[in-house]
Amino acid sequence: MMCVSECGNGKTKIKGRVWIFGDDVDTDAIIPARYLNTSDPLELAKHCMEDADPLFPSKVQPGDMLLAGKNFGCGSSREHAPIALKAAGVACVIAVNFARIFYRNAFNMGLPILECPEAVREAREEDVFTVCLETGEICNESLARTYRAAPVPSFMIELLRSGGLMAYVKKRYLSESRS
Amino acid sequence: MPMTLAEKILAAHTSRSEVHPGELLEVPVDFCFGNDITAPIAIKAFRDASAKKVFDPQRIALIPDHFTPNKDIASAMQVKMLRDFAREFGLVHYFDVGRMGVEHALLPEMGLVLPGDVIIGADSHTCTYGALGAFATGVGSTDLAAAMITGTTWFRVPASMKLVYHGQLKPWVGGKDLILYTIGQIGVDGARYMAMEFTGPVIERLGMSHRMTMANMAIEAGAKVGLIAPDDITREYVQPRAQRPYRFFASDPDAHYEIVHEWDVSTLDPVVACPHLPENVKPVTELSTVSIDQVVIGSCTNGRLEDLREAASVFKGRKVHPSVRCLIIPATQRIYQEALKEGLIEIFLEAEAAVSTPTCGPCLGGHMGILAAGEKAVATTNRNFVGRMGHPESEVYLSSPAVAAASAVLGRIAHPEEVR
Repeated sequence: MMCVSECGNGKTKIKGRVWIFGDDVDTDAIIPARYLNTSDPLELAKHCMEDADPLFPSKVQPGDMLLAGKNFGCGSSREHAPIALKAAGVACVIAVNFARIFYRNAFNMGLPILECPEAVREAREEDVFTVCLETGEICNESLARTYRAAPVPSFMIELLRSGGLMAYVKKRYLSESRS
Repeated sequence: MPMTLAEKILAAHTSRSEVHPGELLEVPVDFCFGNDITAPIAIKAFRDASAKKVFDPQRIALIPDHFTPNKDIASAMQVKMLRDFAREFGLVHYFDVGRMGVEHALLPEMGLVLPGDVIIGADSHTCTYGALGAFATGVGSTDLAAAMITGTTWFRVPASMKLVYHGQLKPWVGGKDLILYTIGQIGVDGARYMAMEFTGPVIERLGMSHRMTMANMAIEAGAKVGLIAPDDITREYVQPRAQRPYRFFASDPDAHYEIVHEWDVSTLDPVVACPHLPENVKPVTELSTVSIDQVVIGSCTNGRLEDLREAASVFKGRKVHPSVRCLIIPATQRIYQEALKEGLIEIFLEAEAAVSTPTCGPCLGGHMGILAAGEKAVATTNRNFVGRMGHPESEVYLSSPAVAAASAVLGRIAHPEEVR
């Protein structure tokens, strides 16, 4: 079945297995502070989610997605959290909703995140998902069910398309200061 | 249009007559800063963007406080990045070991963060300065890098939540109990994306240190900022310290709040947040069978002079229980000196507590006081997530300094009255 019907014409399609976590996954669970004496993405990836699931760093594959309940990413402002997830291969996080600073950091780092309670509720561990970022259409291929995520604010899409916040700032301010 | 305190500060910074919740604004920042964990990523982003100067070397602080005094070579390298960057770009406010403090205690003490300001910090507890009536919020490293270059940041205008506290507080009940009670009532996502505004007769009588403790933990309810309208208590704190002009804002009486909570806190007993979320709040009296291995008194939440006085009043003439390690960490160099002059440090040392130079170390399991598997700690810090203070099978209970001190003396979670 062609699950993500609207995803074409150069839009970004992600396909991978999902790993399911609960409510209030905090930034200490995503990357414990004891490893923050470095900001090297590959070092951080080795310990991603380890206090929630010690085997996670060894089983996650590029393209996989993380599914979680409410308030994902609560706690610290550490940008190491989206960096660790991205470097571990996590292509997208789908949660019921996100904590504020994590939401901001994920976009600034270029880690796609979507809010979709239904998709989270019905999924089973290691189901295969396809996601079209631009349309927000999410498909659980294993269950043959599609969902629509809450639309990403257009300001955020602009940020993601610029390649994250620094690329956006570079484009806007540094060109102004040269001219 | 009537506006809340949060909306007024944002409107004033954007020269708008009104702003509305949900709007995205580009806002100039009055001050921004990072620490030894978050600033290295910001510095790398700053350099990657080929930026040649910072927007204002007076309005940026770098404060290595998390893994300092450096616990290992990797942390030393991170701090060196900050030190080199501060020198290269002429940052006025760089604070190294021996001259520093835990950032959220140090910056208000130095008069660098002020009422009416818009402030971002690459640390989630930046919301502490809401106690002064500043719109202050935690962001990531990349946001800090962008602000260091441009002097601006973007915000979505938050909806506001009003919290009204009525009544008279019992002895031994203070700001920490009020904020833990509040988080227990509304949950760790109860104020997600919102501006919390703490009001009412109890707040009007509350000292600045207690106010900062409350605003500090607004993030533990998911809030963007935790605000208290500035008043005479604020002026008394700020006036002798301020390094810049400042401005008092207040909510209009008919401003719109998305949610209003009103509580009479006259019967509130000291409370403790049990593992592994700050919302798992119970009265201290229900936890008297929980034996403990460690106590930590300090951090950006409760490492100020008033907190140390509170702890000392419990410790005076008593000893830390033989099976407990007790760490006491004044939050800044100045607080340490004052505590020394007042004889508080003497009391702690006599009680067989360990007293340290300022550091955030134990709060986040960074260094000093790391817990082993199965160990339990009472801490005056702000988070008790899994693995927060060490081994993922250790447990952290959050409390006020008085409860932490009483627990240290009795070797179990205890009400301060129990040691009198």
